[in-house]
Parts: sequence; structure tokens; C-alpha cells
Amino acid sequence: MSVSDLSSFTPASGPTVRAVKDPFHGDLLEVSMGPQHPSTHGVFRMVVTLDGEIVVKLKPVFGYLHRNHEKIAENTSYLGSMPYTDRLDYLCSMSTNWAYALAVEKLSGQAVPDRAQYLRVILAELTRLVNHSCLVGFLFNDLGTSFTPLLYAFREREKILDLFESLSGSRMMCNFQRFGGCRVDPSPEWLAAASQLVNNFPRFLDEYEMMLTGNEIMLARTQGIGVLDAKKAVNAGLTGPVLRASGYNYDIRKVDGYGFYPRFDFRVPLGAHGDTYDRYMMRVLEMRESVKILQQAFRDLPAGPVMDPKAKIRGFRPKPGEAYGRIESPKGELGFYLISDGSPNPYRYRVRPPSLINLTLLEEMCLGHTIADSVVILGSIDIVLGEVDR
Amino acid sequence: METTEQIRDRLLARFPGATVTLVTNPGPAAEHSLLLGAAHAHAIALFLRDDPALQLDYCSNATGVDWPDKEIIDVKKLTVPDPAGGAPKIVEEKTKRMDPGYLEAVYHLYSMALRHGPVIIRLRTTNRSDQVTLPSLTPVWRSCDFQEREIFDLYGIVFEGHRDLRRILMWDEFKDYPMRKDYVDPDDYEWEPTPHAEVLDRAKQHYPTPPPAAQPPDGPSVASAKEGKP
Repeated sequence: MSVSDLSSFTPASGPTVRAVKDPFHGDLLEVSMGPQHPSTHGVFRMVVTLDGEIVVKLKPVFGYLHRNHEKIAENTSYLGSMPYTDRLDYLCSMSTNWAYALAVEKLSGQAVPDRAQYLRVILAELTRLVNHSCLVGFLFNDLGTSFTPLLYAFREREKILDLFESLSGSRMMCNFQRFGGCRVDPSPEWLAAASQLVNNFPRFLDEYEMMLTGNEIMLARTQGIGVLDAKKAVNAGLTGPVLRASGYNYDIRKVDGYGFYPRFDFRVPLGAHGDTYDRYMMRVLEMRESVKILQQAFRDLPAGPVMDPKAKIRGFRPKPGEAYGRIESPKGELGFYLISDGSPNPYRYRVRPPSLINLTLLEEMCLGHTIADSVVILGSIDIVLGEVDR
Repeated sequence: METTEQIRDRLLARFPGATVTLVTNPGPAAEHSLLLGAAHAHAIALFLRDDPALQLDYCSNATGVDWPDKEIIDVKKLTVPDPAGGAPKIVEEKTKRMDPGYLEAVYHLYSMALRHGPVIIRLRTTNRSDQVTLPSLTPVWRSCDFQEREIFDLYGIVFEGHRDLRRILMWDEFKDYPMRKDYVDPDDYEWEPTPHAEVLDRAKQHYPTPPPAAQPPDGPSVASAKEGKP
């Protein structure tokens, strides 16, 4: 795919597929999947029109978990909405905290000490391990391998969550990052335990892959299913592993080089076909790259403060202005857009949710596949409804 | 990448009738943005996407901002001569004027092909009440699809040319626009004895007379038991 193809792409206007009564195939059936459905990963609803078992139309319906997070954040202080960001993507609270802290630091020109930058990389990559291993487990749940792979993943996840709990006091709602650093400094014992966990992680991945990757049912159900075209994906704003599975190299850790990511040696895995199988492999390969980043981070972690001593905690009022900070969260580009008017509250607080925008092409990926495959495709996109609905 | 000023100059040269204004960002981020007139917004967006030097093929973030009407008080100092012949007095004359509000749509554009960005463009409505129509950029960047629906849902900007403009987060029957600064919560609080004074006040406004407290169960009260009465 060349760049010139990209620019000429314009989405078609009008509905993609019209549900019509076809004398040869009989009546179409409209099924409302969700919001209370175990395979929609939360309170997500798909209105699916079926011709037999084949999806001919799919409309996603959102908002069942909407609590107007942005309005809540505009009515509280900058730091006061840090705990709320945990609830956006509740599997990856450490990375979400970082995205918000990054945006506020950009808004206020706050510096971050080296040790905190390394610590943020460590925590964000541990979060990526949590998210991706869970996602693979849930994907196999959707494929019908009820719970065994998921529980293998949860076993590893619990070990990482134990680390988070001993560091921040909470397994999932970590509330750990601050503007100008991190809340607490990990003890040497914590670092040793985390380092040991990371060193053991490839063994888990090998075991996991041995059971799952070559599985015949898995191959039959995922290869060639839900193929996503890279130029369409770029235009639709898809980011993260879903985009890279289609072969488009765009990783914000490399592009923006935020934090201390330019100091680390890692590669960005890319898919070739853009199908569900590639999206699965992308997660497995990214976990292996995360392990490499983590090992380098534990090796190079400098001594020093984890919080900028000049950082202002009380009476924090950024100067008027605006900033957009974004990170490569495990699900894609997670951005925070903030406008300050000089008061203690943000004038405008906006979350750019990767989960929501990655669903833009869900219909096109599912068309022509069976209803059972649409469940797997949705699972491979990786959404968290706390972030989709905000 | 070119600076925002250079992009503005090129846009003005390319689209002679268009209004393109630079909006400076005074904060440390210093990400300046371009305010586009609604008439040429769609053409300019296409140009930004397809121009070989920019190739902004990826619209990352689209969001709304509400800027309500503002009352501005101008203070003018007048020197009034004293008729009695003393020193002239300085009198402050205050005049009030209304700064009309507007709704704003902000788009953060990046180039995935050339790996640069962001270029920020802004569109503004004429007012906040009846002229709230802006051209939709969904035909240019499909990623605006859900985000423009969200702006429509929460701010009430109507995007012309959006193929499926419905509420996305609130339910279809909902009337107001919750993210606007002058949004008032609906008066549907249930009466409850709560320690939150604000909620309690609002609940009392809604239910002036609280439901009667539960009657104590039959039997001698504590007071009568103390006095030894049957």
C-alpha cells in the first residue's frame, strides 16, 4: 500500500448495506445482542441484521455505562480527577494515569525526574502485560474455550496486580501517577520481585503459546476472519495493535518518543493480513517486546527522587492555555485534551478513547461473516466499556 | 513540519476567499491552532489531508468546547474638571457589553505517513442557540464519525453532511446538552436523608414536604419507661 492510495480514499456515503427482503433468502432477522450479553465484554450492544447466520448489517449502540466523566472532571480540581481516570480503562489504570499526568505536565510545563520516568515505563509495560494476557484469555473465551486459557492468564495477572497492590495500595484502581512524578518510591524488594516476575514471564508465554497458537480450531476460526484494510483503518483513526495487525507501522512510543521510550531498544511487531489471527499474534508479540523493555528498565533504573521537589500540589493552577497529551496505551492512542483558564479546575477536559474509535470499522469487519465470528472480531478489537462510554 | 503560520499563509494563498485565523496558545505547550471559516472548512480539510507536504491522514481527536456569553465591563477613566475651580477629578466610567458566546469544534490532526503533528483546526458556530450548524468532517476523516456524534450529543452542534447524526451516549429521547456550561441538572432527585447538603437542598425544593417518618412501634416509649408509668 502506498501513500498515494491513502489520500484518495474517501468513505462512501449512505448506509453500507441495506437490509432488503430477498425472495431467494427469505426474511432477514434483526437481533439485538446485548447490552446484557456475556460476549460483548460489558454493557455494549450490537443491533445485528442476519441473513441466516451471516451478518448483513451491524449497528453498535453505546452509552449504557455513560456517567459524563468529562463533566465530573471539569467540576473538580486537576488532581481530583486522577482517581476517576482509573475507572476509564479499569484494566490499565497505570497507563491511563500516565496519559492524564502527561497531558497536565504538558499544560503546566512540569518536569519529571528520571527515576519517575523509568518507573512510569515499568508500570505502563506491566499494564500492557496484564491487558494483553487477559485479552488473549477473553478471546479464547469468545472462541468457546470456556475459561481455561483465561484462568491461566488471570494467574499471571494476579501476580502483577499483587505488585500493583503492594506499590499503590490497590489492585486495579491504582491512582499512582502525580503531576511531576509518581506517588511513592518502590522498595528494593519490590523491584527485585517485579524483576523476577518479568524474567519468568516468557516461560508463561511459551506455555500459553504452545497450547493456543497452533490450535487447529483457533486457526480455523481466526484466519481470514474480520480482515481490516490498512488505509481504511488509518482514515477511521484506528490505532494500537488493531492498526499494526494490518501492517501499518504506527506506534506512539516510537513516533512521539514520550517518557523515556527513545532510550529503550524494542521492536514494533507488524501483522501481514489484518485478520483476527494477526490481531491475536500482535498481542503475544507485544508482550514479548514489553518483557524486553522491562528488563532494560530494571537494569537502568537510576537512583533519585520520584517526584519533582518543585512540583506544586496544593493550589495547582496551570496558566491559561491548552494541551493535548497522548500515549500508546495497550488499546491504542489514549489522549487527554485540556484547556486551562487559570482556575483550579480544567475548563475543558476531554478523553480521546481508543476503545470507542477502534469500533468505527466494526461493521465493515463483521459483514459477511457469521454471527459467531462477529463475537470473536469484537473480542480481538479489545474494548473496555468504561472507556467507550465514559 | 511547517509552522502553523506557514500553513495558514499557504491556505490563504490556496483558498483566496477563506477565513483562516491563527489562534495562539499562551500555555507552555504552545500548540497553536487554525480557526477556519465554516464555508471553506470541508475544502481546506481535504487539502490538509491530501497535500503532499502535510498528508494529515489521521484525525486523532475531535471534540467540542462551549464558550458561553460573557459580560465584559469596560472601565474608562475620565477627567472631569471641577466647576469650583479646584483640581480636576478622575472618574471611572463603566460600560457593560456582552461578548457573544459560541460553540467550538476542535480537531487534532496528525500524519501517520510522515509521522508529524499535531495540526489543530477549530470551527466555531455563530451562536449557541439557533445557528449551531457546522460542516461535518466525517467524509474527510472517518474517525470523526463517533466523535462528531458525541459532540452533537453533548454540545448540540449540528454537523451538516454527517450521514448518521444521532445521539450516541445519551438516550434518544434526551432533550438537553449535558456538556454545556449552563446545563442544569434535571430536577429528579429523590428525597433521601443524605449528609450532602447540596443534594438535600435540591431534594427539598423538589419535595417540599418530606414523607412522614416511620411511626415508632407500639409499646412504652423510653421516656415513659423511665418515669415508671405503665
